[in-house]
Amino acid sequence: MKDLSTQTRSIRENILSMIAEAGSGHPGGSLGSVEIFASLYFNIINHDPKVPTLPQRDRVLLSAGHICPAWYATLAQAGYFEMGELLTLRKLGSRLQGHPEYKNGHSLPGIENSSGPLGQGLSQAIGLALSFKLDNLPNQVYCVMSDGEQQEGQTMEALLYAGSNNISNLTILIDRNNIQLSGNTKDILPLRDLGRRIRQFGWTVFEVDGHNTDQITNAALKAKDNKFSPSAIICHTTPGKGVSFMENDYTWHGKKLSKEDYQKALREL
Amino acid sequence: MNQADLKTTRDGLGDGLVELGQSNKDVVVVNADLEESTRTHLFKEEFPQRYFQVGVAEQNMMGISAGLALGGKIPFATSFAIFSPGLNWEQIRLACISNLNIKIASTHAGFSNGPDGASHQALEDIALTRVIPNMTVVVPSDYEQAKQAVKQIAEIKGPCYLRLSKTPTPILKTDQPFIIGKAQVLSQGKDCSIITTGNMIHQSLEAAEILNQNGYEVGVINLPTIKPLDKKVILEAAQHSQLIVTIEEHQIAGGLGSTIAEYLSQARPIRIIRLGADDQFGESGTVEELLNKHNLDTQSIVNKIKSLFPTK
Repeated sequence: MKDLSTQTRSIRENILSMIAEAGSGHPGGSLGSVEIFASLYFNIINHDPKVPTLPQRDRVLLSAGHICPAWYATLAQAGYFEMGELLTLRKLGSRLQGHPEYKNGHSLPGIENSSGPLGQGLSQAIGLALSFKLDNLPNQVYCVMSDGEQQEGQTMEALLYAGSNNISNLTILIDRNNIQLSGNTKDILPLRDLGRRIRQFGWTVFEVDGHNTDQITNAALKAKDNKFSPSAIICHTTPGKGVSFMENDYTWHGKKLSKEDYQKALREL
Repeated sequence: MNQADLKTTRDGLGDGLVELGQSNKDVVVVNADLEESTRTHLFKEEFPQRYFQVGVAEQNMMGISAGLALGGKIPFATSFAIFSPGLNWEQIRLACISNLNIKIASTHAGFSNGPDGASHQALEDIALTRVIPNMTVVVPSDYEQAKQAVKQIAEIKGPCYLRLSKTPTPILKTDQPFIIGKAQVLSQGKDCSIITTGNMIHQSLEAAEILNQNGYEVGVINLPTIKPLDKKVILEAAQHSQLIVTIEEHQIAGGLGSTIAEYLSQARPIRIIRLGADDQFGESGTVEELLNKHNLDTQSIVNKIKSLFPTK
């Protein structure tokens, strides 16, 4: 298994630079989900960054659009576009919109769906997976979700549908970081035993250390081999991972980085 | 007219989808537990592999449709107009941001769900859909138009809303072709031009006939496409008529009449009388009773237009 520590460090640096430059954004979930994105693009998926629309590519959809700095930084790290474009995040005319925008032929290379309003990505991923099944194509669909959006009704609808209809070419990776915008998930609306709940809906569930790329990768490879159900990988993560004053503090879900915070954070990585 | 000659636009959806499904293998249907009511059970019987039943889950239905469109399919998301776009407006909007090739086909619009009452009568759906960028909004007037609309929206690359009814109507007799984006100018009148859409074309034509027999000069324009608007025809009507009367089975606010008023207020300010649900919900009753109550029956339209010309 590849060691991805060089890539994940660079991605984290870029996330901090992007959010600092933009003057707004969501550092907590972005920093916490780096290993999820890195595992996908450097270990798991079949893709070619130089040919972003390759028909045979696996698809990665982001449901929790606010953590897109991690997606953008990983795509740049993988070579989908120049690193320099990362600093245009959230600026007028940028392909790096504050929440991802898919526009056929015009969007940032590697972006496969629009998201932002929470709870919609899983349904989109199911539809895409169904289209591959209809055409007897082997493409696997991955969807990165947050734990907060497991509270959305639509997520429930989609989990129930996928589990009941054997959408086996679908794998979701849930960033289980235990925070949401207004507080800790256990205080806002407890998710109870998330893994057990999803399993009851007919899914195969893996629980992994969300900062261990080997664990994430192994679970994803098992999920791809599973032809009998969709799979969910619950990635237990630390929000704000790598920056001590952000870790596990929900107030960093969506907060701008001052110059001082940015410098301090960079030194800690 | 003999009841046997009457057909609904929802039947046009059901039959149109079966025909379209045969010629276009990319067409798929997604449904939220209203198979027979939307007449999409016919597609399911013909093409079970391409029919996705999601249960009572309209948001998931729209998200799955978005995903199918991302995968190159042409999904028809089908439900009642009150639920879709009612329950899944944000899912539709997100798909429109990506200009995804989704088709939202919704039946039981307007008062056509009469006995089910206010909660089931979609009188706001034109407003909800037409405000979203990239969206095309189509309201066929009869079974044949609905069938043609199904085929034509499948040719449009982008999101479309197709508003359909449960109320049986005659087939509109006209030599004007049904083309999305084009109005049908059925007649011209110096006194007033009625501009209408969907089922209300039938009452509008009856009203115009009565008025014209009584010395009025009333023209009728059918507008099956609310968006994009056939501005040329609307402008011409405003140029040769004293006033415009819009008639719709929808809230006056935000629907056809608002569309016309928004355009003409800039292009050629003219007096516009808008008929429809006047900031009111419906209630249980027959379609006929509800149209009467909301002054959308033929006689009410005649009386209203007469009242606009007190010196005649």
